[in-house]
Amino acid sequence: MVEKSQWSGFKGRMWKLEINVRDFINKNYTPYDGDESFLEPATEATNVLWDKLQALQREERARGGVLDMETDVVSGLTAYGPGYIDETTKDLEKVVGIQTDKPLKRAFMPYGGIKMAEKALMQYGYTPNAKLHEIFTKYHKTHNDAVFDAYTPEMKKARHSHIITGLPDTYGRGRIVGDYRRIALYGIDHLIAMKERDKSRVGTMYMADADIRLREEISEQIRCLQAMKEMATSYGFNISEPAKDAREAVQWLYFGYLAAIKTQNGAAMSVGRVSTFLDIYIERDLKAGILTEQEAQELIDHFVMKCRMVKFARIPSYNELFSGDPVWATLEVAGTTIDGKSMVTKNDYRFLHTLENMGPSPEPNLTVLYSSKLQESFKRYVAKISIDTSSIQYENDDVMKPIWGDDYSICCCVSATQTGKEMQFFGARANLAKCLMYAINGGWDTDYNEQIGPRYRRCQGNYLDYDDVVEKLQTMMGWLADLYVNTLNTIHYMHDKYYYEAALLSLIDTNVRRTFATGIAGFSHVIDSLSAIKYGRIRIIRDEMGYAVDFVNEGDDFPRYGNDDDRADEIGVWLLETFINMIKTRKTYRNSEPTMSILTITSNVVYGKYTGNLPDGRRASTPLAPGANPSYGAEKNGLLASLNSLAKLPYAWALDGISNTQTINPEALGHDEEERKTNLVNVLDGYFDQGAHHLNVNVFGIDKLLDCQEHPDKPEYANFTIRVSGYAVKFISLTREQQDDVISRTFHDRM
Amino acid sequence: MTGCNDTPLGLINSIESFGSVDGPGVRFMLFMQGCRMRCRYCHNPETWSMDNAPMTMTPQEAFDKAVRYRSYWGKNGGVTVSGGEAMLQMEFVTEFFRLCRQDGINTALDTSGQPFVNEEGFLEGFRKLCSVTDLFILDIKHIDDEEHKKLTGFSNRNILDMARFLSDNGKHMWIRHVLVPGITDDEPSLRKLDAFIGTLANVDRVEILPYHSLGIAKWDKLGISYSLRDVRSPSAEQIRNANELLHTSSYNGYKG
Repeated sequence: MVEKSQWSGFKGRMWKLEINVRDFINKNYTPYDGDESFLEPATEATNVLWDKLQALQREERARGGVLDMETDVVSGLTAYGPGYIDETTKDLEKVVGIQTDKPLKRAFMPYGGIKMAEKALMQYGYTPNAKLHEIFTKYHKTHNDAVFDAYTPEMKKARHSHIITGLPDTYGRGRIVGDYRRIALYGIDHLIAMKERDKSRVGTMYMADADIRLREEISEQIRCLQAMKEMATSYGFNISEPAKDAREAVQWLYFGYLAAIKTQNGAAMSVGRVSTFLDIYIERDLKAGILTEQEAQELIDHFVMKCRMVKFARIPSYNELFSGDPVWATLEVAGTTIDGKSMVTKNDYRFLHTLENMGPSPEPNLTVLYSSKLQESFKRYVAKISIDTSSIQYENDDVMKPIWGDDYSICCCVSATQTGKEMQFFGARANLAKCLMYAINGGWDTDYNEQIGPRYRRCQGNYLDYDDVVEKLQTMMGWLADLYVNTLNTIHYMHDKYYYEAALLSLIDTNVRRTFATGIAGFSHVIDSLSAIKYGRIRIIRDEMGYAVDFVNEGDDFPRYGNDDDRADEIGVWLLETFINMIKTRKTYRNSEPTMSILTITSNVVYGKYTGNLPDGRRASTPLAPGANPSYGAEKNGLLASLNSLAKLPYAWALDGISNTQTINPEALGHDEEERKTNLVNVLDGYFDQGAHHLNVNVFGIDKLLDCQEHPDKPEYANFTIRVSGYAVKFISLTREQQDDVISRTFHDRM
Repeated sequence: MTGCNDTPLGLINSIESFGSVDGPGVRFMLFMQGCRMRCRYCHNPETWSMDNAPMTMTPQEAFDKAVRYRSYWGKNGGVTVSGGEAMLQMEFVTEFFRLCRQDGINTALDTSGQPFVNEEGFLEGFRKLCSVTDLFILDIKHIDDEEHKKLTGFSNRNILDMARFLSDNGKHMWIRHVLVPGITDDEPSLRKLDAFIGTLANVDRVEILPYHSLGIAKWDKLGISYSLRDVRSPSAEQIRNANELLHTSSYNGYKG
């Protein structure tokens, strides 16, 4: 058993025998059941640094969304020397380290795809470096090129018609959370020793493909761990050994995260479940009298400030999918232990309090692992933060814990992953609304006038028949499942080969469990369309070639998803169950375990653009409803009826997440602040106690959005943050189209 | 209630699963169809007519719908029946509330009191309603009878009678007053209203509802001319003043 002087005062044994941060947390954290009155305001240093950062953010916006970009240096752990928010105030920074040499400057990351890296530069008026171009086209292949080498013609067609789209073949897949806490707890040298030991145990008998690959991967990981040490040394820190106090723990942990964001520009780069872990160090220092509460808050404020600075160079098609420059630096608070004890610590309050000390912000993507059993004082505080900032999201710990245990992190917007034990193959989503149209039209794409799917028999006659459509839809979904899984297999094979996340995986168990995260877009529209066919009388309008291009309901109005009406909601349950089980029967890359999400991010707008008229009355090219949200205007019975519809979807069939975003007018939430807090807590309790998975809560009126759209330069809108499907975003950084989409969604404001 | 034939059918305009200002906590709300009053500022004119109700429900059906939201009610939520004028369908409301109370659900009635008649023939049914209603939310549109007639087309005498009846019978009340600049906000009337409320027992809350013009679109759609088109919402100062005159902050019973 290892013993370290830095561990003095820490209890437990198992975490010393093996790398086991969960055990360390469970043995050492101090639950807190008080209220927020202990919290301290921002220090002078925090205010100085935050003012500087805000000035840089204003300048970034003034320059069209990008402050500065690297053209000549390929990003890496040791590509740059140390960098600070401002050289003159670097001593004020309690947590140091930035991605490049200057704050908010975007690194050059060609490994995901040289074409994309160069396109991102040119889009903002920078000239790509000719030598680097030569290297990454002539001497070194990148992920994107490799994927296209292997794609079949059918995959390319499906991609181009957008029935599967948003795929991580033009950007880093992300969604891997390194267990950054390991550096603080164990120090790099011990982690290297453990990886060396793992490597020595691979391929001892017969060297199969998998063993050869794994040995190579572990070697890459060890190289990264060594480079992390070097990176830390440039900032004047030696992270070979464990952190000895709270400041070091925050810094060591952040160096791990910094290693991730220097080497990968994944769609989501989560920070993970770090709050309770760090509280243990802070508590120890507070007890020893070597840290004050004010200093503890300052550490957390500065750490969060760093998370607010993460930037990547993105291409226009990426921004279309994921609007507003998100990085999903997702970070969790709260949750409960396996045996049901609250894991809320003072540090959870400190992280939430950063939204008060430094104002609202989309990053880090603060996520509350919610349970109705958490203490009232904490639930009321998170409700207050939601009402004041609209910056946080809620996920149901009671449904996630049985699957992922009590040390999971959120690896993207809403998907859970066991910290340090798992990684995810991110699979974007398949457009089931479009698939329904293919079913009706025998694989013909009416948006592109092209045969994309298999040429099955089309729906005949003048009216759609429910049983006929359902049968054809199932057949078409089977085709789509095959194609979708094969496409993702191709992408992830190449990502592992050409853009392997060595830094992140060096902080994850060698024997990593992999999930295969597929997704659905157009969920609500398929439900409403099938309901329209079943309960209405849907006449087909055909084009000159006989393909269905529009629909008229000549019968009764039909039940719609989002009204707590089982007739519609049960169709949704059937749809989810059918598709996930089709995916599960397919062969997935590296024996990964298939999961499913109903989550679109802001890509609902892009998916909608390439989807024609639907039987539910949705017009061609208009946005699909986001995530698992009901369709626009469908909700006729208020917020809770809508929540009840969502709560019927079994999380077990959609383990990658069921995203729901709701906006409530403050006046409709209660008369005053106290009532609003009580009522919001009641809404959350009622929703999650029924087994629902996720909720984004916005509290503002439509007037505010309209005013912000017209006057984006008003100072009060600089940091005005809203929740969209799966993340938070500054409203002013959305495209006009995305803003209109948000404005057109349901506001619960009956008075 | 005995056989199916006796079950009163509710004429319902709409339901709202998330009410949070009409009664304590989170509430399931039924908006009943039909109202005799023609308040000049009404923001739900589509609920006036008793014909063409968008939905009908038996009390049991309404109850079955309501209890689906029980998990959101916490300690103090429940159901509220509003309108339209719910008391025009007293039998339905009484039976719906009876079912709720039987299941331990808090009940609130949001009413203008206009159907109230201080005579035994009416009171027999009203007492039954009272026995299953936890809270009455009573709108007093104007304390002056003549002004009340001008504003709503009806006298306020029976409405004030109802308030006294509730007070005498130990029923809990919220009193609401819509503040319309130039029409319901003159100081003498507000003082008179305050004095009246002061004579009542069990008033847990007194609320000023600032007039807003969001209902105009509905009037236009129904083709009815709207007489308050030039009236603005009251200013924060006017609202504060009215709150002071009605001593709203001293009615705290709702805080429980």
